[in-house]
Amino acid sequence: MKSFKYLALSTMIGAVLAFTAACGATEEEGTTSSSQTAGNNTEQQASDEDKQLQGEINIDGSSTVYPIMEAIVEEFGMTQPGVKVSVASSGTGGGFKAFIAGSTDFSNASRPIKDEEKAQLEEVGLDYTEFKLANDGLSVVIHKDNDWVDYLTVEELKQIWVEDGNAKKWSDIRADWPDEEIKFYSPGTDSGTFDYFNEVILEDAQIVESATLSEDDNVLVQGVTGDVNAIGYFGYAYYAENKDKLKVVPIDGGNGAVEPTNETVESGEYAPLSRPLFTYVKNESVKNEEVYEFLKYTLENAAVLSEDVGYVRLTDEEYEEALKVLEGLK
Amino acid sequence: MKLIDHAKVLKQMKSRKASNIFFKLLFMAATTFGLLVLGILLYRVITQGIGYLDFQFLQNLPSRKPEQAGVKTALIGTIWLMGVVAPVTLLLGVGTAIYLEEYARKNRFTRFIQVNISNLAGVPSIVFGLLGLTVFVRALALGTSILAAGFTMSLLVLPIIIVASQEAIKAVPKELREASFGMGATKWQTILNVVLPAAIPGILTGGILALSRAIGETAPLVVLGLPLFLAFLPKSVFDMFTVLPMQIYNWTGRPQEEFQGVAAAGIIVLLTMLIIMNSIAVYIRNKFQKRY
Repeated sequence: MKSFKYLALSTMIGAVLAFTAACGATEEEGTTSSSQTAGNNTEQQASDEDKQLQGEINIDGSSTVYPIMEAIVEEFGMTQPGVKVSVASSGTGGGFKAFIAGSTDFSNASRPIKDEEKAQLEEVGLDYTEFKLANDGLSVVIHKDNDWVDYLTVEELKQIWVEDGNAKKWSDIRADWPDEEIKFYSPGTDSGTFDYFNEVILEDAQIVESATLSEDDNVLVQGVTGDVNAIGYFGYAYYAENKDKLKVVPIDGGNGAVEPTNETVESGEYAPLSRPLFTYVKNESVKNEEVYEFLKYTLENAAVLSEDVGYVRLTDEEYEEALKVLEGLK
Repeated sequence: MKLIDHAKVLKQMKSRKASNIFFKLLFMAATTFGLLVLGILLYRVITQGIGYLDFQFLQNLPSRKPEQAGVKTALIGTIWLMGVVAPVTLLLGVGTAIYLEEYARKNRFTRFIQVNISNLAGVPSIVFGLLGLTVFVRALALGTSILAAGFTMSLLVLPIIIVASQEAIKAVPKELREASFGMGATKWQTILNVVLPAAIPGILTGGILALSRAIGETAPLVVLGLPLFLAFLPKSVFDMFTVLPMQIYNWTGRPQEEFQGVAAAGIIVLLTMLIIMNSIAVYIRNKFQKRY
């Protein structure tokens, strides 16, 4: 019987040890590799004029803005490996909650801050500054074989997407369009993309009930690709990646129909569906050198890096303006 | 009078045999259905992801360029998380099961606890995420650390391991316990020397299920606000970290099609880790199973 006890104990302890050993090993690995990189850095430091900074930067917020931030942090990490940057993507709303709680330095947002969020920030006495990073052209897309829709006005778009109690047919919008029911694909109501569409097109009216809602934009792409009577909308990057499968609808916001392209979104010609992507920074954090340098790096490189991940850059003047605002915060 | 009516038996024989075959085929189909779906999934994941899977993939940080993206921080974060979840769940889970089965009196109160444990197993994981956010991240000010996430995950999988351990302990023959008491052993000596060794196979099965769930859960960690991109590795349980499922989820949502392949490669890494973990548990289990 005694051997049971020992076997039991030894295996249990063994299992626990194996786990701790596994962790210990990785930890060691981690420290050696980081000390190695640190070693390389000191070498670099000798040749580099740049000052190597230390510190921590915490970023949270919109999952739409996340790819831009990931790209910036990736590049920033190569010049300043001593700064520990973490980027989370809890969504615009979730990001602001953490921002209000004071646990993050930056909060990314795919819509401007809401009044109630402003009020809460004021309540806790947190000063912040808004920076635009890039633009996104919300693209309204249809099936590739849909040859009747040549453009849509904002009013028509609203008429299509607002629930009016009836099943909608294409012929309800313009009489010469086919007598077929429209199939809808929209981002989920929690997303900043929906919020923005709601603000400029739906104007708080109920979205059609038959719409397929999904948080995963790739699902929307598939939905529209699979149905000739479908219509959907999502960020420009998802259209740009699927140009061969989808057709984009030019939107007439009052000054003629405009198709979303890098140029029309950048110039602001593609309206009203161009939306700015923001990051909000805690003013207090900018006083720290590493946060200041990071934000400076962000504004200097956002143009190239945001295009890299499928968004549209702002104009040079806008970035310069933002850099001036940053100088004022220091 | 004949005891067996052969005519009647013969008449019913055919339908009895037919239904026997029918059910056999039905259950076989049920088994193959699951296996088939698993097979398709594995095939899809492996063909999609194998191209992105190499040593570099394990060593690189996440990147905007699919060919440079890697899972280093996520993989090590997942190992750390398991390092917290495994001991915490095993100690709390087995401890609770021993108390409820061996020490606690069977009264209304313990029955109430019992019902609640079973109910907890059915609570959606996102609720545990909110609980963890309020208690560990905010109230205990642990932040989005390994410890906070580990405790949250432990709470999530505790019911599984408690119920499995209780069943395993219940299944230990009464005679073994009585023999031990008869030799003058105390309750604790009996538990340690007789009950636990016999119950370990069942407890470990529960452990496998529990940890497999913990390693794949994403929702509660998203609610905790775990970061996705980290340029550094955790050094202690109080550091920030990220895990594989979150990284995979992020990649599947990217517009660039190449990221679907990267996500598949991430899934292969996650599955491999799961298989390694489970094989260790199965090995230990089989070692003990031979004893009785």
